[in-house]
Amino acid sequence: MADQKASTAIEAVESGLAAQGYIASRQIATAVYLSQQIEKPILVEGPAGVGKTELAKAIAAWRGKKMIRLQCYEGLDEAKALYEWKYAKQLLYTQILKDKLGEVLGGAQTLHAALDQLHDFGDVFFSKEFVEPRPLLQALEQPGGCVLLIDEIDKSDAEFESLLLEILSDFQVTIPELGTVSAITPPTVILTSNSERDLGDALKRRCLHLHIGFPEQRLEERIVESRVPGISQTLRRQMVGFIHEIRSLDLKKLPSVSETIDWARVLVLLQASELDTEIVKDTLNVLLKYEADIEAATPQVTTFIAKAARSNVFG
Amino acid sequence: MRENLHRFFRAARGAGVHVSPAESIDAMRAVSQVGLTNRAILRDTLLLTLAKSQDEKLALGDCFDLFFSQPEPRQDQPEANDNDEPSQGSDQSASSGSDSDAGGGQPQQRLGPLAQMLLSQDRNAIQAAIASASGAASLSDIRYSTQRGIFSSRILDAMGLQRLRDDLDELTGTNPALAERLRAALDALREAVRDTVSQGLALYAREEAENLRNEILRNAPLARIERRQVAEMRALIRQIARRLRERYSKPRKRQRRGHLDVRRTLRRNAAWGGVPFLTAWKRKHRDRPKIVALCDVSGSVAQVSDFFLLLIHSLHEVVDDVRSFAFSSHLIEVSEILEKKSPEEAMAEIMSKVGFGSSDYGSALVDFEKDFMSALTPQTTVIVLGDARSNNLDPRADILRRISERSKRLVWLNPEGRLAWGFGDSEMPRYATFCSVVRQCATAQQLERAVSDIVATYQ
Repeated sequence: MADQKASTAIEAVESGLAAQGYIASRQIATAVYLSQQIEKPILVEGPAGVGKTELAKAIAAWRGKKMIRLQCYEGLDEAKALYEWKYAKQLLYTQILKDKLGEVLGGAQTLHAALDQLHDFGDVFFSKEFVEPRPLLQALEQPGGCVLLIDEIDKSDAEFESLLLEILSDFQVTIPELGTVSAITPPTVILTSNSERDLGDALKRRCLHLHIGFPEQRLEERIVESRVPGISQTLRRQMVGFIHEIRSLDLKKLPSVSETIDWARVLVLLQASELDTEIVKDTLNVLLKYEADIEAATPQVTTFIAKAARSNVFG
Repeated sequence: MRENLHRFFRAARGAGVHVSPAESIDAMRAVSQVGLTNRAILRDTLLLTLAKSQDEKLALGDCFDLFFSQPEPRQDQPEANDNDEPSQGSDQSASSGSDSDAGGGQPQQRLGPLAQMLLSQDRNAIQAAIASASGAASLSDIRYSTQRGIFSSRILDAMGLQRLRDDLDELTGTNPALAERLRAALDALREAVRDTVSQGLALYAREEAENLRNEILRNAPLARIERRQVAEMRALIRQIARRLRERYSKPRKRQRRGHLDVRRTLRRNAAWGGVPFLTAWKRKHRDRPKIVALCDVSGSVAQVSDFFLLLIHSLHEVVDDVRSFAFSSHLIEVSEILEKKSPEEAMAEIMSKVGFGSSDYGSALVDFEKDFMSALTPQTTVIVLGDARSNNLDPRADILRRISERSKRLVWLNPEGRLAWGFGDSEMPRYATFCSVVRQCATAQQLERAVSDIVATYQ
């Protein structure tokens, strides 16, 4: 019975994401469902532009939650990701209070007496007032939960990864001055990576590992259908088939889903009804981002169009 | 179900997927959420929780398909047991009853359960029985291919072979035709069990076998690797390179902090009246690692240098500045080939250009001094790989001295054992005087240690 529930729940995830314009494969839907059920972050890997970041956006939109995004880069540290201690504000308050210090101490004669008096103020002095929350802390503090997107984690340093470990496994963070802050509602955490650097085992083991590759032809057609509604069915099939042929080439940067969508938009804009050599050659720069790639692909265009057309007959 | 998953985890480890206990717990939790009935979802779930890279996902997917192509023994076993015992009991009572009653009942009724099953030719029941018997014989403990026989017979015993033999003996006298049928069925059963054991071996034994093989390879002399082992050796060297890379590329950013940079600190804190809240530190200057590798690719050491070049090739990520040279007698720079091409192509190209000649260290050193001496700086580590056998030609040790003087360190890795140095045409003792380090480097393990030491000095 639990099994039945699970598969319908996974389908619910699929349709929920689809309503936000994100066509998910069953694997993606399973990952999203599981991350909810066993409260684990998802580490999404795959080539650029296959919809890793989009997935987080779609989940947030579907569940009606706020999305908090942390873009990683080399040199990202605690102060920018987690929280910053507002020394200046603290200092300012001390300056203001300086004159009142005599009153607080209330004429205490010995050091011991003075310290006893001051103890009551210590807690105020190290309080939330002086903490500036950054994305990670913000995410923990959302009362209704949120979707936390840690984008391109592979761009950050190895130290930053260690900083994340506490948050990822227990949804809490320790601030030396304040103590431990735990999440009110655990956020849904999505980490993305382009595998620019190998991530540590400790990080990987705290996450579900989802690899999004280039989608299958059918799935990609559905993605185009949902993203570019104005496009005719024949053209959609032809262009997706054509892109699949292009991906078989040895290129510097293979076109991914985002390029497919861009290209579909361009073709609609140009009011193309089907692919022909002319229009493909004119718009190839939408798909391919390097001059060398365009040069390598151009001689193949005619054959690829023919192939794409042929595969449609049988598909 | 739990037992079954545990067996799968073991199989997954065999397939090279690292499954720690904590990960297996996560996987169990996930599986309890999605259940076992929908195999596609189960597959996705295990792939999501256990595999940590795309390669692992592929390996695990294959492993999953192989594993679940077998019937599930544990689910069937209690059932089978339940069936077994009462049926055996009822069998006996029935047979004894029929004996005393009429004495001339159907011959099948006096047969043991296994014989009955075989004769009924219910293939599903037989498969289930094999599966539960392999569970009872703990087939998942199989490690080596030599254990095949013992596991086969254990499984057959668990299925009741003894009783079947008795039945056969009895039948040969009373009903030869039936005995013939039963014998044929037994042969088929033996074959099926053998297949099951082979499959079990493929699932569970891979890890152990691989570890053992790697251990042997690691200590095998590189120069005497057999042709069929070369691919495995390559994989091993690449594994070593990856490990070195992981070990040494991580902490590069650390320990950069030097002294307080007073000027920048004051400027950054101008807003707070010069009270230094934010500190700025001077960055420590660090040596940029530079390595120049000279690799002998002449016939005698070609295979060793092949592996060595492979390692250099993979180490580019750790050390930014590597220049590699290869020679037999004539010396050429091969850095670009190693950087631009895949390892296999690069090796082939280098070998076709300068490989397999007879070595002449003297002329190679002359070539180096003529064209590339400027590549050496006081920060450079020079690594020479070769057996120092120069066919009794002039070794030109004077050039090596100049190389040594211009560079920080000169490391010589020699694939020959120390005993052979200095005998025959080996010029090793003469060269050794100018080297900072001289090492024997004949196995993958020695190669790893040598390179690890070289890289470690830059950390």
